[in-house]
Order: sequence, then C-alpha cells, then structure tokens
Amino acid sequence: MHPGSEFHQRDRSLHPPALTPHYKSTVLRSPRLPLWSLQNSLSEVTGPLFRPEEIGLLDNDLIRNYAHDGEPIGERIIVHGRVLDENGRGVPNTLVEFWQANAGGRYRHQNDTYLAPIDPNFGGCGRALTDENGGYAFRTIKPGAYPFRNFVNSWRPAHIHFSVFGTGFAQRLITQMYFEGDPLIPHDQILGTIPDPAAIQRLIAPLDMNAAIPLDSLAYRFDIVLRGRRQTYFENKLQGA
Amino acid sequence: MIASRPPFTETASQTAGPYVHIGLIPHQAGFDIFETNFSNILVGPATKGTRIRIEGRVFDGLGAVTKDILVEIWQANAAGRYNHPADRQEDKPIDPSFRGWGRAGTDFKTGIYTFETIKPGRVVGRHGHRPMAPHVNVWLAARGINMGLSTRLYFSDEAVANAEDPVLNMIDPPLRRDTLIAQREDRDGEAVYVFDIHLQGERETVFFDI
Ligand SMILES: [Fe+3]
Repeated sequence: MHPGSEFHQRDRSLHPPALTPHYKSTVLRSPRLPLWSLQNSLSEVTGPLFRPEEIGLLDNDLIRNYAHDGEPIGERIIVHGRVLDENGRGVPNTLVEFWQANAGGRYRHQNDTYLAPIDPNFGGCGRALTDENGGYAFRTIKPGAYPFRNFVNSWRPAHIHFSVFGTGFAQRLITQMYFEGDPLIPHDQILGTIPDPAAIQRLIAPLDMNAAIPLDSLAYRFDIVLRGRRQTYFENKLQGA
Repeated sequence: MIASRPPFTETASQTAGPYVHIGLIPHQAGFDIFETNFSNILVGPATKGTRIRIEGRVFDGLGAVTKDILVEIWQANAAGRYNHPADRQEDKPIDPSFRGWGRAGTDFKTGIYTFETIKPGRVVGRHGHRPMAPHVNVWLAARGINMGLSTRLYFSDEAVANAEDPVLNMIDPPLRRDTLIAQREDRDGEAVYVFDIHLQGERETVFFDI
C-alpha cells in the first residue's frame, strides 16, 4: 500500500465522546473500553464507490421526489455546499445522503409517533453524488423542530441528517446540519455532545442570499470536511477514478 | 513519516438518530422512494466466490437486543482485493460484479441483521506485516451512538490465518480477540456466520480507532 493513501489521524477531541449522559441514549450504547488504535491497512484506506446511474433524477429534489397530488407544505429551501477533505480539496463523485422531518417536525417513519401530521407529499430523504469540485445541492422544505424523549421538555432544533462516504471507509461520517439563528440550538442536548464550540459552529449552516431563488426558495450553505490523506498527489489519482 | 496537521478540520460527527432508516434504508422506515436501493445483498449472479450469510444481533449495556441499528460492511472480493483504486495488488483480479459494500438495519422485531455476501480472500498487511486473515469491516451507527463504531468480523473456520493476523494479534488481553470471531453454522447447506456485537458490558466487542 502506498503510504500516501493513509489518512491523517482522526482528532477525536472535536468529536463527541461515546458517553454523554445528558443525551441519555448513549448511556447503554457507549463502549466503555478504549478503542484499539489501528494503523491504516488497505481495509481502511479503501471504501465503496458509487456510480451516477445509481442516483435517480429526482433523488436530490425532496419537494418532488415523494409528491403525489401536490407539493409538500413548508418553507422552500435549497441546501448546497461542498464536500472537502482536510487538505482543502473537493471530494468528487462521493455519495451524500440526507434525511429530515417535515415542516411540522414529523418523520415519515413507523416509529415516529409525534402528534404533528404526516405530509402526504413529503418523503423526507434524498441523495446526490458530488460533482467534480465536491459540490452538491438539493431542494427541500425547511424541517420543523420536534420534541424527543430525553429530559421532560427536550426539543431538537430544526436539522437535516447527513451521511457521507468519501473515498475510504475510514472517512465514513454521519452528522447533522442546523440552521443559522435557530433559538433552540443552545438548548439541544445532542448538539451539546460536541465538546468543541467551534466544531458546533461549523454544523450551523448560514443563510446564503446569493443562492436564494427570487420569489421561490431561500438557501443555506453547508460544507462538510472529511479526513484527508497524508499525500495529496495520491488524491489526484482517485479523483480520476 | 511525519505528517503535520492539515489546514482544514474534520466535520464533527453526530448521532444517526432513531430515524436513520428514512435516509439510508427507507424501505425499513415503511416506504419506497428511490429507483435504486442499497441493500444487504452484496452478490449478483456473476459474483465469484463462496456464498455466505452473515447474521447477528447488537446488544446494549444491559444485554438487551437493540432494534434500530444501521450496520454497514466493506470487504475484499474472493481473491482478496478491494474494488478500489488504492488497492494495487496487481496479482489479484478485481471482480467487477462485486462492489464489496452493503448496509442493513437490525430488524424492528427480532433485532437480527443479515448480509448475503461471499467469503473474502486474504489481503496484504501493512508493509512488513503478514497478510491479514479474511475479514469484513463493520461500521455501526444509531441513536445513542455519537460517532460511528468500527470493528472487524473474522471467521471461526480460519484458525490458521487468524492466528497470524497482525490486527487480531495486537489485541490484548487475547481473550478479547474472540469478540471479533464470527461462529460458523451450517444450515441447510448454507454457511452462516453468526456475529453478535456487544456495545458495552462484560463481552464488549473490540472497536477500533481507524
Ligand atoms: Fe432528527
């Protein structure tokens, strides 16, 4: 294996630790023994690659990809950004998946029993492959806040869940995007699992008036940074793959 | 080789939450939306190698079976090569009909996850190390898991290869290596490897910082 395909070591101080008692679900699901540090082998520096033909034309349009007899209720928005690596290079052709509640804060999921109504025209999920610069974009409606069983009065700020692959399985990441100005942000026990205030700030997408479509949709910008490989020239080869 | 910290900072991880199925396995959430779905079946008719089934459950710190976990696997093909440009083991063929990746959710009722795949071959180890024993890379995400958990599945019928695997051999005390060995069962002519994962507790599975 070429040493240039190895990843920079993960800086775990800016990620949430496994056990965060204020988010109660972690108490029984957090490993208590130390992780075993593994130097990268081929198993970690490789990972699944996806093809454009696996992505449908409407997969990144949540306003239309589940619409049956009309459009979903809610504030129309565009979410866009780039997937970068720690070296600052765009990650092309990588799979980005996203899911969210509807405008009332209800998920189309058999386990979600929140009293807000299901929107018959909203599925709440989508996906995209990044372009040659690592860019992605999708259209959706702004999700609503919703309560969850943690403390008696725990509410999630509006958020969109993101899943990203990169080019190696060691880059695999799931995170959440929040919206600038949401008053629930400082109260959220899940965002509060992240120890580093700057890392929290990077999950809050700013309003992007430049990308808004007049008389149609507001826009928010969310960039995602994945781990980088130790030598950048190797990445050039992957980009052509 | 010394590598200085790169200029950008990795985005922080967040829990996948209880509704991870909507985004990643919408069928399990209760609806159909995409034309092409990713699944727990890694093999097609043309895939080379011995068909196997992997199944197991994921237990929490009280020993209860969890029923909302996302499980993903990533593995080499039957010849021991990953379908990826960073794998330059030119002496081994790439199998174009095998991506080597799949995802499953633990069942809402039984807690069981399953994969239909092939037994991977041995992959070279890091420079200066022996080849690795056949293994499958496993990644878990769910409500209550703040950051995806990485582990490996090894095979109980590969005792010789397991005994010289550079990763298994690193784990101390050796008793904990057993948490990574899937036990083979033969059911109606099919090889089934049972791999239960313990998030916490006396039999906590070995998880890796990769
Ligand atoms: Fe959520």
